[in-house]
Amino acid sequence: MELLSGADMLIRSLQDQGIEYIYGYPGGAALHIYDALFRQDEVKHILVRHEQAAVHMADGYARATGLPGTVLVTSGPGATNTITGIATAFMDSIPMVVLCGQVASTLIGEDAFQETDMMGVSRPVVKHNLSVRHPSEIPEIIRKAYYIASTGRPGPVVVDIPKDMTAPNERFEYAYPKKVKLRSYNPAIRGHAGQIKKAVDMMLAARRPIIYAGGGVILGKASGQLTELVRKLGYPITNTLMGIGCYPASDKQHLGWLGMHGTYEANMAMHHSDLILAVGARFDDRVTNATEKFCPGARIIHIDIDPASISKTIDADVPIVGPVDAVLKEMLALVKESKEKPDAEALASWWRQIDEWRAFHGMRYETSPDVIKPQEVVEMLHRLTNGDAFVTSDVGQHQMFAAQYYKFDKPNRWINSGGLGTMGFGLPAAMGIKLTHPDEEVLCITGEGSIQMNIQELSTCNQYKLPVKIINLNNQSLGMVRQWQDMNYESRHSHSYMESLPDFIKLAEAYGHVGIRIDKKEDLEPKLKEALAMKDRLVFVDIQVDRFEHVYPMQVARGCMKDMWLSKTERV
Amino acid sequence: MRRIISVLLENEPGALSRVVGLFSQRNYNIETLTVAPTEDETLSRLTVTTTGPDRVIEQITKQLNKLVEVVKLVDLTEGPHIERELMLIKLKATGSQRAEIKRTVDIFRGQIVDVTSSVYTVQLAGASDKLDGFVQAIGTSGVLEVVRSGVSGIARGEKVLSL
Ligand SMILES: Cc1ncc(C[n+]2csc(CCOP(=O)(O)OP(=O)(O)O)c2C)c(N)n1
Ligand SMILES: [Mg+2]
Repeated sequence: MELLSGADMLIRSLQDQGIEYIYGYPGGAALHIYDALFRQDEVKHILVRHEQAAVHMADGYARATGLPGTVLVTSGPGATNTITGIATAFMDSIPMVVLCGQVASTLIGEDAFQETDMMGVSRPVVKHNLSVRHPSEIPEIIRKAYYIASTGRPGPVVVDIPKDMTAPNERFEYAYPKKVKLRSYNPAIRGHAGQIKKAVDMMLAARRPIIYAGGGVILGKASGQLTELVRKLGYPITNTLMGIGCYPASDKQHLGWLGMHGTYEANMAMHHSDLILAVGARFDDRVTNATEKFCPGARIIHIDIDPASISKTIDADVPIVGPVDAVLKEMLALVKESKEKPDAEALASWWRQIDEWRAFHGMRYETSPDVIKPQEVVEMLHRLTNGDAFVTSDVGQHQMFAAQYYKFDKPNRWINSGGLGTMGFGLPAAMGIKLTHPDEEVLCITGEGSIQMNIQELSTCNQYKLPVKIINLNNQSLGMVRQWQDMNYESRHSHSYMESLPDFIKLAEAYGHVGIRIDKKEDLEPKLKEALAMKDRLVFVDIQVDRFEHVYPMQVARGCMKDMWLSKTERV
Repeated sequence: MRRIISVLLENEPGALSRVVGLFSQRNYNIETLTVAPTEDETLSRLTVTTTGPDRVIEQITKQLNKLVEVVKLVDLTEGPHIERELMLIKLKATGSQRAEIKRTVDIFRGQIVDVTSSVYTVQLAGASDKLDGFVQAIGTSGVLEVVRSGVSGIARGEKVLSL
């Protein structure tokens, strides 16, 4: 057997795990590891400008590919800088391994230079964390970390590595374990057959059914099975913000997404349904509105890999714990062989009702002859990229407009921080995707507030030539905050202005990129085309959009699913 | 309703803090918590008593089960079980109080385990409400110090919580 130092074992383990890219930032406690990185070229390291961005890059990569991302940082401030990124991944169940340097084990507890209890600090926002206590454990710990991060309900795993564990002069036998032994961790591999049968019977007997799909469908790589089942049944489907793309948005059975800023028809159909098939969704408060008023006539079937997601906020009548792809496959087989068929008449009248709702609102907004509306920018981008781009976003009105008006037909293409709502996510996430998808169009639809939360990464983009397209829907305000202040605080705009904004064009140029400003409506299309045509350049497109626009529909706070504002004046 | 949840936990550093952290993070109640190694040195046995509506209790057991280091758990209150708690209590004991205390200790089947001219130290084991009953019977004015172990529990009959 080979003898390797802890640091070399760590890098070898990453190689044997098949890791191609890691994102990180060096520092004292990680220097042995960085030295081991230097002496090989299989694992490529991307140097970011802030550790938070490294985590979002890994996250963007993971969301686009379904594979775990990897981060490497030093102890203390390096580690604490990752926390927002880790919490972002945790809330959206994104597989990721974060390797953190730590002070030498002999110094732990002594308030040593750059010592932070990363095990303690990260604990509430990780799926699990592991600490290295002997260098020889490193291969097994790395194997376990990836296994835990990417199986069951995925999530981030932190590995804390005291500096003496990677010391170059001590060598140990290296072998990368083929298997992981964890007696206390056994994610479900299939759903309960009896429950699945019961669910299918209920589904076939329903008169006003709806499918409510979440991010779990994308994480569980079950879009294919879901689409087949939904088409077979002919039932309407809606999905959550995180589930966007799990079913083609252009399909007529798709009602758009639901919840706080969901479509009128999706929220109406949910409220009036008699059966909800929830797949990989978690009845989040941004979906349900007031839980006690949630869908009063509906019985609920809930499929999820995580038993704790079931009956957490809304009770399920038929809980099914299992991987969504396997469960949906079994359901489809049962539907196909069942003698029962959905009641055609009931279904036809349900669709008539839904089509009325669709006709009533659809997605409309007022256009203006001279002011650029953020919605029309997104619609135009959708057209110009044939609906086939990877779109990352930040948090705010621009995020909602992007999700509402860019119609995704494929999974893994809408990339946003849905659970934590992390401003600053968009650019680094886009970078993580562009790096591994150089031939794909990668757009970051952002706002002038959010983009400034990780703007330093323009420098990383220059170093690694990451030609993403930044679409800054510049409304010169923290628009979403402002909207809430308009609606709930009599328009007292407390600290929701972005005064003294930088000149984004000059800023982009200072970092070696191209900047384009669009402030006239007639320039919108030609200049967007011009930006998209620059395939090998990062283009920062700063678009002056309507400063007073609101996002609609918007559910009325503490109401039920169907209580919505449809415009500044219309309430249903 | 009050529940006694008994957990087999990997005997790893940090495992306990995950359990405790889960309770505070998710706003669950902890009334008592005890933890100690078992006959298998790789495992600890942790017992927590908590109260809450059924939905919350269900979440507690599910969330505990999600912790990677939790090997197995059981809600003992779902079936017949034995619960015990140990109390050591220091009581002011002078003059006629001494005989009175001795009698009460006997009634509760406790033992006086240490004596000075003015203090008795009493040891008492039993279900938590029995310990409460003892303190009530003695009257808080005579109590100098109380230390309770928290609840340990085990199912009755053949049922065991093991690997
Ligand atoms: C890190 C972080 N801080 C604060 C917030 C609260 N917040 C949500 S939306 C928003 C405004 C975002 O402004 P901008 O990026 O310009 O987007 P807009 O709503 O104007 O489109 C804020 C401050 C957040 N989501 N994330
Ligand atoms: Mg803004």
